[in-house]
Amino acid sequence: MSNQRPDGITPSQTVGPYFKYGLTPNGEYEWNDAFTNNLLTPDTSGERIRIEGTVYDGDGAVIPDCMLEIWQADSQGRFSDPQDARALPNSSFKGFGRVGTDKRGAYAFDTIKPGVVSDADGKPQAPHIVLAVFARGMLLHLYTRIYFDDEAGNAADSVLALVPADRRATLIARRKAGAGSTYTFDVHLQGDNETVFFDV
Amino acid sequence: MTLLYPLQSLAAHPARLSPDYRSTVKRSPQKPLIPMRHTLSELTGPVYGHETVRPHDNDLTIQAKGEPLGERIIVHGHVRDEDGRGVPNTLIELWQANACGRYIHVVDQHPAPLDPNFTGAGRTQSDASGYYKFITIKPGAYPWGNHHNAWRPAHIHFSVFGYSFISRLVTQMYFPGDPLFPFDPIFNSVTDEKARARMISSFDLENTKPEWALCYRFDIVLRGRNATPMETK
Repeated sequence: MSNQRPDGITPSQTVGPYFKYGLTPNGEYEWNDAFTNNLLTPDTSGERIRIEGTVYDGDGAVIPDCMLEIWQADSQGRFSDPQDARALPNSSFKGFGRVGTDKRGAYAFDTIKPGVVSDADGKPQAPHIVLAVFARGMLLHLYTRIYFDDEAGNAADSVLALVPADRRATLIARRKAGAGSTYTFDVHLQGDNETVFFDV
Repeated sequence: MTLLYPLQSLAAHPARLSPDYRSTVKRSPQKPLIPMRHTLSELTGPVYGHETVRPHDNDLTIQAKGEPLGERIIVHGHVRDEDGRGVPNTLIELWQANACGRYIHVVDQHPAPLDPNFTGAGRTQSDASGYYKFITIKPGAYPWGNHHNAWRPAHIHFSVFGYSFISRLVTQMYFPGDPLFPFDPIFNSVTDEKARARMISSFDLENTKPEWALCYRFDIVLRGRNATPMETK
């Protein structure tokens, strides 16, 4: 096999309108889910939370054919990946989830509040989850981050600091009043409340 | 091994706003994306257990009681990084229309028949050298509502992970010589001709199985470059 250096990466193309039966069948098609929106395993430690929200397009219309993927550290700030030297190889918390929005453009993830991960300078970042957004009409997925409104570390987070102050709120999930640990995080692909997306 | 993910490599991708593909107009951000230095959150990615891929998940022709109609094909290749090294043990998912150009998805109302023996979904994991293989049937072209007489070239959707969450790739594999190429705004959203060519599989006579199936090769190149220069052999 030749290890010739390729002349570039394979370009992205849209996930299209028909990914559901292949990527997020959720019992509606004759295919099993490789991943779901529930990241919890019985032995997962940390605060169990739900993150829910709605995805909107530039007209403010909900997007019923969107796929969201999240990637996050465990409650100790460790990733389930051997590239994280501090990873716990036996932990059953994988840190990855996938969901398709429903007819109302809504989604939810059941997971844990992640711990603290260092930034590029080794300083602590506020707890956050990386979110990738895929949909028909998106030729290349978008990356954003979910932060939490009850974390004091947000004020010193070096990534949030890159974001103009008047747009930071688009990255912050809001804890719902009442019982349970549910946060709301909506995604706006365009418009006055356009979510901040990162060029990574 | 430490990998770098230079932003320059992203130039191969389509512009998010590509108005000839009408749905991009309301679904692409209008404010600039914010550059940031990668942290461990970006540089790591999911690892899948043995339960993720079952035996025969890579053969879309044996998932039902009978064989699907259409032209049986083998699609294989390597997943590589930007240095050309194979990406081992990475998850590859695919989904596609049937031989008539009809998706099993409930929203697809193209008046072409569904095939009771074909779902059109598969997955596999690359081996230690980055090699993968699927057996499926050749999908048909299908019409869509983007513009008058719009037809998508035959394609297979691919979803690949790689080493990190930012090497994630969703793309479409096309077939060589498709007459619909000049008219498809999704294919042509990739403006560089060489980059477009990387989405087109090549006919592979050497691995075509006599009396059984044509073979197409589709190599996938993901983001990721060695932090230290490669040894020259």
